[in-house]
Amino acid sequence: MSVVKRVSMIFKAKANRALDKMEDPRETLDYSYQRQLEMLTQVRRGVADVATSRKRVELQMNALQQQQTKLDGQARTALGGGREDLAREALTRKSALQSQLTDLQTQYQSLQADEEKLTAASQRLQAKVEAFRTQKETIKATYTAAEAQTRIGEAVSGISEEMGDVGMAVQRAQDKTAQMQARAGAIDELMASGALDDVTAQPNDDIQRELDQMGGSHDVDRELERLKGELDQGEAPREIEGSAPGAAGTAGNGQAGKAADQPQAGDGS
Amino acid sequence: MIVRILGEGQLAVDDAMADELNQLDVKLEAAVNAGDEAALRPILAELLARIRAVGTPVPADTLEPSDVILPYADASIADVRGLLSDEGLIPG
Repeated sequence: MSVVKRVSMIFKAKANRALDKMEDPRETLDYSYQRQLEMLTQVRRGVADVATSRKRVELQMNALQQQQTKLDGQARTALGGGREDLAREALTRKSALQSQLTDLQTQYQSLQADEEKLTAASQRLQAKVEAFRTQKETIKATYTAAEAQTRIGEAVSGISEEMGDVGMAVQRAQDKTAQMQARAGAIDELMASGALDDVTAQPNDDIQRELDQMGGSHDVDRELERLKGELDQGEAPREIEGSAPGAAGTAGNGQAGKAADQPQAGDGS
Repeated sequence: MIVRILGEGQLAVDDAMADELNQLDVKLEAAVNAGDEAALRPILAELLARIRAVGTPVPADTLEPSDVILPYADASIADVRGLLSDEGLIPG
């Protein structure tokens, strides 16, 4: 037998099986309705789970993007200051984040699609459960057990099939979500451990520290140049000329600042 | 006839589609029997795309069983085999 025929047959058989046990067909109606309500709760929970997962991935994506922007800015500053080695380091870290980000983007799209599908499935089931409830009351009020049999058959089969489908969709979404949660957890751990180059969020942002030092000495250099320019024009006051070489000497010794392991105030962004 | 695409709902499809559906089904079966994942993907995609193109969504408050049930779009060979086994993917 063909694949499609077998899938159809087995699916229906399985979906209807639970209901065959009922002696009074009217009992079947109540039992089925109970199952429908449970399934509705389940599918709504499924939608919520997927949404939570999607939001978590979204937060991680934002965090990674922020780090990338920061590293990009650091590379720019480093290059502007003639520190190509630092710029290279920042860009290397930035590109390491990109593969994580790409992975997260794929996950995000997948979760978004799942969420939409499940939401639609939830609405379909809701409409069918509502229709079933109306039919159920009519059948119970109108027919004896014997008469109800045929009337019940189609309604129950139809909704059982829907429940089988929705149940499967929820199950698949949950399995997938669980996998993604595990991966998201791994990324959180990597971020916490600093292995994902979360340098900018930590006090021990080595690139930023070097940049700050570099920035300091550059300011002094610029100031010096300005003063020299003023002197050349014969406009500079004498006392500034005296203080400038001392300041340059301190700032120029870049290694001295490295020993002080102080958090950088500029990291808060 | 009413066709259900698992995960997507029911569509009313003209009975005249049966022949085309059967032809794709034969290919689908060959792919599943051969365990050929690469072959399954385009066939399943074509099958579902055809049904979506010619079908009209059945109103959500209809309680009619489907005549044909098709695997969901991203079903793997293993998934299809699961659907074909009694122990399969359908929650009891």
